[in-house]
Amino acid sequence: MDLILPDFGLLVWTGLVFSLLMFLLAKFAWKPILNAVNTREQKISEALELAEKTKAEMQALKAENDQILKEARAERDQILKEAKEAALGMVEDAKGKAKDEAAKVVESARQTINSEKAAAMAELKNHVASLSLEIAEKVVRQELSSDDKQKALATQLAGEIKMN
Amino acid sequence: MQQAGKFSSLLQIIVFALSFFVFQPFAKAAEEENFNVGEMIMHHIKDAHEWHITGPEHGGTSIYLPVILHDNGFKSFSSKYFYHGKEVTVTSKDSLTLHYMEGVGPAKGYALYHEEIYKLNNEGALHFEGEHPHNAAPTDLSVTKNVASLLLGSLLILVIMLSVAGFYRKNGAVAPKGLAKFLEPIIVMVRDDIAKANIDKHKYHKYVPYLLTIFFFIWINNMLGLIPIIPGGANLTGNITITLFLAFCTLLVTVFSGNKNYWGHIFWMPGIPVPMKIFMIPIELIGIFTKPFALMIRLFANITAGHIIVLALISIIFINKNIAWAGLSVPMALFISVLEILVAFLQGFLFAMLSALFIGAAVEEAHH
Repeated sequence: MDLILPDFGLLVWTGLVFSLLMFLLAKFAWKPILNAVNTREQKISEALELAEKTKAEMQALKAENDQILKEARAERDQILKEAKEAALGMVEDAKGKAKDEAAKVVESARQTINSEKAAAMAELKNHVASLSLEIAEKVVRQELSSDDKQKALATQLAGEIKMN
Repeated sequence: MQQAGKFSSLLQIIVFALSFFVFQPFAKAAEEENFNVGEMIMHHIKDAHEWHITGPEHGGTSIYLPVILHDNGFKSFSSKYFYHGKEVTVTSKDSLTLHYMEGVGPAKGYALYHEEIYKLNNEGALHFEGEHPHNAAPTDLSVTKNVASLLLGSLLILVIMLSVAGFYRKNGAVAPKGLAKFLEPIIVMVRDDIAKANIDKHKYHKYVPYLLTIFFFIWINNMLGLIPIIPGGANLTGNITITLFLAFCTLLVTVFSGNKNYWGHIFWMPGIPVPMKIFMIPIELIGIFTKPFALMIRLFANITAGHIIVLALISIIFINKNIAWAGLSVPMALFISVLEILVAFLQGFLFAMLSALFIGAAVEEAHH
């Protein structure tokens, strides 16, 4: 029967010892242990979070780099294209200009030629005219050297007028 | 190979030495004509004023623990004045033959009967009615075997836990090593799987130290109880006084943590008709006490039963008075002992788990 009956003395000792044990453990063991465990858990979770964040950042950075690279590449292509176009344009321009210049030169040459030709013609005409006058003079002089001849001419001229 | 050989021979020596100690309580009993298994077992699982180590019950090697009595002031003396006192044999009215030890020296005037201390009457004897003496008993505050075991176990827990705490104090919040490495998962288990799993997540912090203390107190004392020789062997956690106290602690924590919702469910159960509400009050009131009562009985019965089974299996050898029976009894006792190691942990876990469950129910907020 006394197996299932509590003993007063033991109860007092248990109360005393357990309370003291509880107090000492709570203050000097559980508190520092749980604090350390909590701190470490927090540290670990923070580190994991940081790693995750860093990973995301790296990803973002990589994406950004890719973007920049892509943009740079596009820009380079653009510049190349523009340069090519510019070069082509310049060549075209130069070609046009040269053609114009050539045309101008040809034109001026033609003009010079024409004016020279005109001048030459004028001189030739003058020369011919003066020659003709000389000849005519010589002829007239000869024609009009005698009265007969003057009369014949006058008759001829008069005949010509009549015909008109 | 040589190393292994050395180890196994060392193991043999240890096992031999241990078996020598284990069988000591039976030594005297075996010499007697009729070996009373029940008496031997009951003697072992009950408290005593001495810590028996080896040899026969009287005159063997024992640690005599101090007796402290409150009887018109405190008196203290060694229990050897009882065990080495005068053995008195009386025949009661019902013609029962009873033995008790009369104290000598400082213990004069007291007698020890079935580990209880009584005052001798005017005729200098114990007066029996049936099996029980009718003498007055002084308040016995002795450091009994269980109290000594309690002090030892508590000291052990304190030393272990303070050294673990010291590790963290010295090294900060780093990965644990050594003892801390072994105990940290268990501490975290109590915190997460026992406290956090059963108690509201905003309130569980407050109860973790209590649950940790109760878990390690039960576990380590259970383990000490499994060691057959001093400093173990006391049936501390299988003592109703200890389990009563621990269950009472859980009851107090539960009752003083109870919130409006908890008491509301006890005195005015919501969601049922009024006559049922009134009917439920006494049931719920009894429920407050049956829960810790179950805790008390569970731990007491499990640990006591474990001790009884191991002792009973070993007793097979002495009942049959033939060493050959060891071939049956030792493997079975070994099996039960190993099982008891599991039970030692399990009972600590269960006690803390159910305490957490009761506390959790007491602090739960209304959610309907």
